[in-house]
Amino acid sequence: MTVREALNSALDEEMSADPKVFLMGEEVGEYQGAYKISKGLLDKYGPERVLDTPITEAGFTGIGVGAAYYGLRPIVEFMTFNFAMQAIDHIINSAAKSNYMSAGQMNVPIVFRGPNGAAAGVGAQHSHCYAAWYGSCPGLKVLTPYSSEDARGLLKAAIRDPDPVIFLENELLYGESFPVSAEALDSSFCLPIGKAKIEREGRDVTITAFSKMVGHSLKAAEILEKEGISAEVINLRSIRPLDRATINASVQKTNRLVTVEEGFPQHGVGAEICATIVEDSFGYLDAPVERIAGADVPMPYAANLERMAVPQVEDIVRAAKRVCHRSVPLAAAA
Amino acid sequence: MAIWFSRSRNIGSQLQKCMKTREFLGSQTSWTSSPFQSSSSNVTSPALFLPNLRFNSSTISEKQLTSDSDDDPQVQSLDFPGGRVPYTSEMKFIWESSQNRVPCYRVLNDNGELIRNNNFQQVMSKEIAVKMYKDMLTLQIMDNMFYEAQRQGRISFYMTSFGEEAINIASAAALTKDDIILPQYREHGVLLHRGFTLLEFANQCLGNKADYGKGRQMPIHYGSNKHNYFNVSSPIATQLPQAAGVAYSLKMEKKDACVVTYFGDGGTSEGDFHAGLNFAAVMEAPVIFICRNNGWAISTNISEQFRSDGIVLKGQAYGIRSIRIDGNDALAVYNAIHAARDMAVREQRPILVEAMTYRVGHHSTSDDSTKYRALDEIDYWKMSRNPVSIFKKWIESNGWWSETEEAELRGNIRKEVLQAIQVAERTEKPPLAELFSDVYDHPPRNLQEQEKQLRETINRNPQNYPSDVPV
Repeated sequence: MTVREALNSALDEEMSADPKVFLMGEEVGEYQGAYKISKGLLDKYGPERVLDTPITEAGFTGIGVGAAYYGLRPIVEFMTFNFAMQAIDHIINSAAKSNYMSAGQMNVPIVFRGPNGAAAGVGAQHSHCYAAWYGSCPGLKVLTPYSSEDARGLLKAAIRDPDPVIFLENELLYGESFPVSAEALDSSFCLPIGKAKIEREGRDVTITAFSKMVGHSLKAAEILEKEGISAEVINLRSIRPLDRATINASVQKTNRLVTVEEGFPQHGVGAEICATIVEDSFGYLDAPVERIAGADVPMPYAANLERMAVPQVEDIVRAAKRVCHRSVPLAAAA
Repeated sequence: MAIWFSRSRNIGSQLQKCMKTREFLGSQTSWTSSPFQSSSSNVTSPALFLPNLRFNSSTISEKQLTSDSDDDPQVQSLDFPGGRVPYTSEMKFIWESSQNRVPCYRVLNDNGELIRNNNFQQVMSKEIAVKMYKDMLTLQIMDNMFYEAQRQGRISFYMTSFGEEAINIASAAALTKDDIILPQYREHGVLLHRGFTLLEFANQCLGNKADYGKGRQMPIHYGSNKHNYFNVSSPIATQLPQAAGVAYSLKMEKKDACVVTYFGDGGTSEGDFHAGLNFAAVMEAPVIFICRNNGWAISTNISEQFRSDGIVLKGQAYGIRSIRIDGNDALAVYNAIHAARDMAVREQRPILVEAMTYRVGHHSTSDDSTKYRALDEIDYWKMSRNPVSIFKKWIESNGWWSETEEAELRGNIRKEVLQAIQVAERTEKPPLAELFSDVYDHPPRNLQEQEKQLRETINRNPQNYPSDVPV
């Protein structure tokens, strides 16, 4: 099942199960979704449940928040999370904080979803990763699925969750196909929010990643295996709440950590994981934590430059080796 | 980027339907400046500001165009996405402003007398009128005393609504309890009219444990589910698209209720104003947008805020039925909101009401407005255009109110407000557990751990924790 199909089936099942759930965004209806995630939903549920909105992120985000205040369960789709910046006040100041500020009188069971992070050749304003932005805000839950099973289970959990959830997808993953268990195909399937998944067990080094970087990390792990390094790859799945217990337990087992993310390094997810390891597992570290992140520049367009601005499998392999004290010098581009 | 082509044909045919059944904004074939009437007798027309535009049929050898060619829209018009548009070979710009500003609707003059030749039918009972007056006076006195309390250091912050008592109370009186209010921050009179007590106000301002907000917000950020009054949110105009969203939910429920949202003249500059009104019109949402045009956004005068003829004309730009009213005339406000609500609910459409008024007080306790405006300007509005005094004169002229009742009421309110503040001051602050609750539906593990750690720290160092705050 592709990630696209997984998301589509999750939306379909949740809309079918609860009449209060509705989808809105640009192109979600008649166009079948800018990335075809909402294909077929307009025909099935009609224009009252699948709303094509005018181009105003601030507008439809505000409307979604208002609808959620009153008891509906909106799913607001951003064409990319880059455009969600035009609505960030509604997301942070209204959706995230209202339950707290109103002392539980106004809760916001809303899901904001859409592609996040780098795609291919789309430049700076279409490639920003917002995991760290939303991950720093109390009141929000932030999810980053990788596989089709992640996509299905986490989206269903997000829609059912009474709190505002930021659901960060990845455009390049939409077309990728993953095997899905029979359990995951069931309409009541749900993944817990706040639990990471150990995609591959290992003994020598822990590699944490989310979204597309999980795929890169798994490939890196294969390469490392051949060189005698057994890497444990953790798919974070949830940026907020971060599954600190799983990460710490893994580092306490392997004693080494490499964090991988596509976004900018400063104040990123890797920085937070590093801090949490220092707080809870400092004595277990045999080497400083290595942080792999995107280059600290707005994403360039030219294909060769773009390749150097985003972490590649080789970067992860080199970092893992450094952390295991195999002397490999830092590459010029890393 | 929404693709509207498939819908434009529908809108085109709908426009044609509209023209037959309702006088539309001009006709498709001529733009004359004629006032339009709606079916409701309470609504009078704002003068359209479009200059006279008539067709030149000189270059096209088609039938002569008359101003009554409403029945033949096919003549001299072009198909475009969104419907047929008449064309002209005379290049004429729509001027940026019209000769005449849109008039405002008022019932009482500054002396509280009914203006002659108006169509006001006195449907207001003594009971409603006297409650309205009592609430207006309570609001005024409450604002005064809370403001003083801030000056004395008893509360940290306050915002008054001086000069806007009629907008607050009369609009609330014209609505029902089921109508949902999304306020900006200068509408606590609406909440007062709905039954929020002086003590409930004081509790929020003091941030004690009886505050419905559990001490989480600054003063005047009231919110009450049971009064259908959504929490005040500081960022300006965010409530406008949210109101459209709530109205959309109401519409799906088919409830006999509407949404009412308030904002000031300054708030109309926000992007959310555009988004909120545009969306409400497209979604045909039952929401009343009430603009309190009080002339000032902190120190920004309206001449620096926009160059249009106020807010009322902007409604037309979004396809929203609008009216301008004298916001200091309680009867005008009552009538207009009553009619607006009727239209919003029955016809499932948004309505825009621009209430003209003046912000007599400072923006807040952090502002001294004498620094940027003339003292005699403030005095003029306070003395000669005071909504409370104007309404008082009217109810007195009906024999519904007397000076003795006035004195008695004033005394009682003062006592009650003082007492409320004193009781609220003595009430305990919220306990420690409320620091961590409501961030999410259920507190996540990290917050539970933090609370536990905090309690342990307090137990180890009790001398560092204030003794009068419950743990």
